[in-house]
Amino acid sequence: MHTNLIERDTLETAAARGTHGVALTLHKIRKSYGARRVLDGIDVALAPGEFVAIVGRSGCGKSTLLRAIASLEQLDSGAIKGNGDVRMMFQEARLLPWKSVEDNVRLGLTGDVTPARSALQAVGLAGRATDWPAALSGGQKQRVALARALVHQPPLLLLDEPLGALDALTRIEMQRLIESLWLARGFTAVLVTHDVQEAIALADRVLVIEQGRIALDVKVALPRPRRRDAAFAALETKLLDRLLAS
Amino acid sequence: MHHRPALAHLAPWALPIALIVLWEVAARIGWLSSRILPEPWAVAKAFWTLTASGELFLHLRTSLWRAASGFAIGAGAGLLLGLLTGSVRRAETLLDTTLQMVRNIPALALIPLVILWFGIDESAKLFLLAVGVFFPVYLNTFHGIRSADQSLVEMAKSYGVTGWPLFRDVILPAALPSILVGVRFALGLVWVLLIVAETISAQSGIGYMTMNAREFLQTDVVLVGILLYALLGKAADVLARALERRCLRWNPAYR
Repeated sequence: MHTNLIERDTLETAAARGTHGVALTLHKIRKSYGARRVLDGIDVALAPGEFVAIVGRSGCGKSTLLRAIASLEQLDSGAIKGNGDVRMMFQEARLLPWKSVEDNVRLGLTGDVTPARSALQAVGLAGRATDWPAALSGGQKQRVALARALVHQPPLLLLDEPLGALDALTRIEMQRLIESLWLARGFTAVLVTHDVQEAIALADRVLVIEQGRIALDVKVALPRPRRRDAAFAALETKLLDRLLAS
Repeated sequence: MHHRPALAHLAPWALPIALIVLWEVAARIGWLSSRILPEPWAVAKAFWTLTASGELFLHLRTSLWRAASGFAIGAGAGLLLGLLTGSVRRAETLLDTTLQMVRNIPALALIPLVILWFGIDESAKLFLLAVGVFFPVYLNTFHGIRSADQSLVEMAKSYGVTGWPLFRDVILPAALPSILVGVRFALGLVWVLLIVAETISAQSGIGYMTMNAREFLQTDVVLVGILLYALLGKAADVLARALERRCLRWNPAYR
């Protein structure tokens, strides 16, 4: 795959941030459930530190694609090249209700609590470390889930519509939080969403998936933090038109 | 409502107290023969006499020991096998059908066989208790493990948690509410089984004391025995609830 100008630009800005993100290459990925083909030859390369959003209608295969990258789905054919070290945020927070907030963040870690504490600090929940997850709001639970993912310093973070169930204001707060953490840490991020605005607000690049294939691959060359200006609206219209036409 | 008036606290006890007063009055004016039902005062006196002579303590200790050992053996085996069949498919294939068949035999139907096998000594009683307690614990443990939230298991695996830590931190806590339902049910059952086991053949225990008193028409002592079973059953339930509150304190429904 050739590297065009914008991609090189992304690479350079990522490098400038002191990135530890990894490149990810998906090669002719296919996956069927019975007779239904969910992923039909996805071919794409992600630069280290790139933020890519995947949008599409329900059932287009975007979640399956993300789960395949996380090795939660077996592929029928094709290959995924990354370094395998990946963390995922799910649609639901999936916190263990019988562990305190801090112990949830420490899941899978050994050693002292310092990394968990600073991860909680990063998402603004340092004061809730000893609470049970049941005492948190939906947005707070997702912030704990974000801390749990980031405490591992993953070079690749997958986000499977983690903000879908949140109210509008909490959503915008979470988008800003995710963007600032991504800017500060430089991991590669893949966000699956059905919200075109969210995709444009966060991503360097938006992929539209249709019937298991990449129908559109658009760079978002807008300055950050993104404002909802004319260029934003034009891009949104372009993507929505493509989605509605499918 | 943090400060209920004292009267409101007593309200649940109004009916039992009224019944006891009515019962006492009925016995005093001769409506009730002491052969059928002794007056409450006589029961209280019998209770005191048995306590003072140390006889009650002896029987209580024997019964408690039987209940505790039978429960420990049966519930322990139920828990272990439930964890095994719940977690390992092959163990389920091998064992579950057999256990489901045996489950349908009431523990008390085994009495003739138990007497043939173990005679009438202590092991017969323990066997009966253990068999009866085994199934509620086994079934609820199996069910709890199987219905553990798979999305949490998937999440934990994707965060690198596998093997024993996965079982300890995710699957077992997820199964715990169900396991405790089994434990609570078993704690109730153990007294029912104990009564029957102790009335067949025993030299001590509350059941023995009650049956012995019946031979001599000591209805007051019979009633003391029955009341003791009620108290022990209630105590076991309080214990089970305390266990639930302690183990499930993360769950708002148990706080």
